[in-house]
Formats: sequence, structure tokens, C-alpha cells
Amino acid sequence: MQNVTFQRIQKEIDNNDIVLFMKGEAAFPQCGFSSLVVQVLSQLGVPFKDINVLEDNELRQGIKDFTNWPTIPQLYVKGEFIGGCDIVREMYESGELQDLLKDKGLLAA
Amino acid sequence: MAMDARHIQDLIQDALPDADVRIEDMRGDGDHYAAFVESAAFEGKSRVQQHQMVYAALQGRMGGQLHALAIKTAVKKQA
Repeated sequence: MQNVTFQRIQKEIDNNDIVLFMKGEAAFPQCGFSSLVVQVLSQLGVPFKDINVLEDNELRQGIKDFTNWPTIPQLYVKGEFIGGCDIVREMYESGELQDLLKDKGLLAA
Repeated sequence: MAMDARHIQDLIQDALPDADVRIEDMRGDGDHYAAFVESAAFEGKSRVQQHQMVYAALQGRMGGQLHALAIKTAVKKQA
């Protein structure tokens, strides 16, 4: 039986174009790294689903196992794991994130 | 529980012997570091994969003993 938490995660990233597993909520990030990714997405003006892992310990550990990625936040676009705070910032600064979102039809060209 | 820069450096160096590794203590509290890692082993790997290699080198300490490690990787061109 596949991990129930994994199924929950899979469902979220399948049903939402952009998903951010973070500490806190978009309106009230509770960690500098999570807050930075929220600011990047807000700057780009793209809607996203924020999921507060602090409210759910199973999810908080499950998401790290799901991607073999030990930290939060974690950004997903169209079901694909993009990265954590460092990678999102690097891609934003290089314009790669904007191109990715345009390619996926999530950001006006 | 924190880690010192030397220990982080050694762990990454052991896992990536050819790598140029530089560790910066971001806040002087032994808990917020940045690691700049350049290695030929990153060739052809996505950023996520490169960072996962660095995390693997830290043998599970990331997120527990080591609270924050900003990672910047680069592919080292063969001489």
C-alpha cells in the first residue's frame, strides 16, 4: 500500500498548477526561506496553493521523503519538483523561473 | 546543536573529492551557513540533483543538526 501521505502529496501537486509546501501560510510565512519564495511568486503575480507543513507533522516529514529533499519550502509546478529557496531564487534572478512558468502557460509571455 | 564550518567542508570534500568547497558562516551562530561547491561530478545534473548530492554528503544532518545551509553549485570544467 503506497504511503497515504505520498498519495495526499501527489493529489495536491496533480490538482494545483503551482504548489508551495511551506512553513506558515502565504499571508503569514513563519520562516525566512518560505517567505522569500512567497515573495517571488507574488512578484510574478502567479496564483499558487500554499500548504502549511507546520500544521501537519506527517506531511512535514512526508514531503521530505517524497522528494528526497531535507528542507522546507518546496515548490512544485505542474506536478514537478522545482526546488527549495536557493534554487527558486537562483532561477528567478536568472529569468529561468519566468521562462518555465511561461512554457507551462502559467505566466503571460 | 550546531555544526562548525570545518566539519561541513570535510563532509562535502569526502563525498566529492575533486570539488572546490567554500563555506561561509552567514550569521556567526553555527547554524546558518552558505556552501559554494564546484565539482565535475555535477556535469549533466539538474540543479535539484546537484543540491541533493550535497545534501547526501551531509549524511542526513541537513534540517536537523544543521538548520540552514544555502547551497550554490557549479560544474567544474575539466582542466
